Amino acid sequence: MRYLAERTLGDYLPLLLQGIPITLELTLASTVVLVAAGFVFGLGRGSRNRLIRWPAGFVVEVLRGSSAIAQLFWAFYVLPYFGVELSPLAAGIAVLGLNGGAYFSEVVRAAFASVPKGQTEAAIALNLSAWFRLRRIILPQALPIMVPPFGNALIDMLKFTALLSLVTIQELAYRADAIRSVLEDAGPVYSLTLLIYFAMALALSALVQWLEVAVNRWAGRSTRTGRKAGPQERSTSGVPRWAFGR
Amino acid sequence: MTFQWDWGFAFQQLPTLLQGLVFTLEATFFGSLLAFVLGLVWALARLAEVPVVSPLVRLWVEFVRGTPLLIQLYFLFFIFPSYGVTLPALETGIIGLGIYYSAYASEVYRAGIEGVPRGQWEASLALGLPLRRVWGRIVLPQAMRFAVPVLGNFVISMFKESAILSTISVLELIGQANIIGAETARYVEPLTMAALIFLVISYPAARLVRLLEARTGAA
Repeated sequence: MRYLAERTLGDYLPLLLQGIPITLELTLASTVVLVAAGFVFGLGRGSRNRLIRWPAGFVVEVLRGSSAIAQLFWAFYVLPYFGVELSPLAAGIAVLGLNGGAYFSEVVRAAFASVPKGQTEAAIALNLSAWFRLRRIILPQALPIMVPPFGNALIDMLKFTALLSLVTIQELAYRADAIRSVLEDAGPVYSLTLLIYFAMALALSALVQWLEVAVNRWAGRSTRTGRKAGPQERSTSGVPRWAFGR
Repeated sequence: MTFQWDWGFAFQQLPTLLQGLVFTLEATFFGSLLAFVLGLVWALARLAEVPVVSPLVRLWVEFVRGTPLLIQLYFLFFIFPSYGVTLPALETGIIGLGIYYSAYASEVYRAGIEGVPRGQWEASLALGLPLRRVWGRIVLPQAMRFAVPVLGNFVISMFKESAILSTISVLELIGQANIIGAETARYVEPLTMAALIFLVISYPAARLVRLLEARTGAA
């Protein structure tokens, strides 16, 4: 057996790579919480009932205003004193998801608010059931709007899962830090870890692009109206070629 | 287990926490400055469409946005010394925050600059204004009108996210709270007070930015 100092990153590579599925699982779990919380808070804030709207607004403002990192430590150190014994895993996922959900609630609220009232009124006038109204009239107009911001939220969750290493969860960042502490040279470990995160982020945004196409197709929208500006649009705004003196 | 919240203890720790707040604010202020300047550099480098350089800057911005701030900070914190650069933790943190948010800021600048109507450029050309004047007096001011509220939100985000500097031994708000917790074995009051301090500052700030958004949006 070689001495610890003689070991290289290669020796610890499996240990590091085993963190990838854990990070992805944490991302998935916190994103599920994020979407659920986003809908609950978003619909709550859009509610006409003050007894729903005000508490929802309060919770969202507190979650958004008081630093995700503070909340994470709070859930880890403080909640047990109040008799709430969550595992670090559950607490971490809950904090990330609720925090992200507080931001996403604004997306949900705005998406539903963007559906014209006449759509609901017309559906009621046509005697369509509430479920049909939601599923076939409202959601097809609201969901496509939510997908691009959801993509950002998903990447944010991926990045935020690194914070869970601070509350003893042994995901990718935790392993990178542990390996760094045994190896003399920190550079290769962190460089590789950053590249792994970047690759995961690229894969997730590719997934979201696919989701965008799928949701638009489900909603009966043309998938060709992408975000790329057409030639006509380019001419009314944008930086001309000579702007940089060339 | 019954727990008693101790107001006396909470207020006794307040001065220590406020010392931490000073570092938090310092990191936010200088981190924002760095992010605003670097962000503009990235945005212009991308818009200039210089071969090789622009695609590389684009990749760089995507990379910074696609990786966790925590690892970026660790990287800076542990790599700087091995190149003989010995920076205090706070400075390292400011550089980390600045670079991270500059990637986001560059997208905002880019959208702002690209959003300036083509007619503004053409009018400047017709008037024979020198390029420096066109950028400095015509284009950038209009782009800033769009960018400022968004950048304001970034400052608030950075303020809250600067708590992450506690992981590289900066004694900002959360760092102080954790130390008090470790020393007195009472985490409840310091961590709760720290979270409240974040809230008390960031909530009014967010309202202010929203006001600004409404004003520039209407104008």
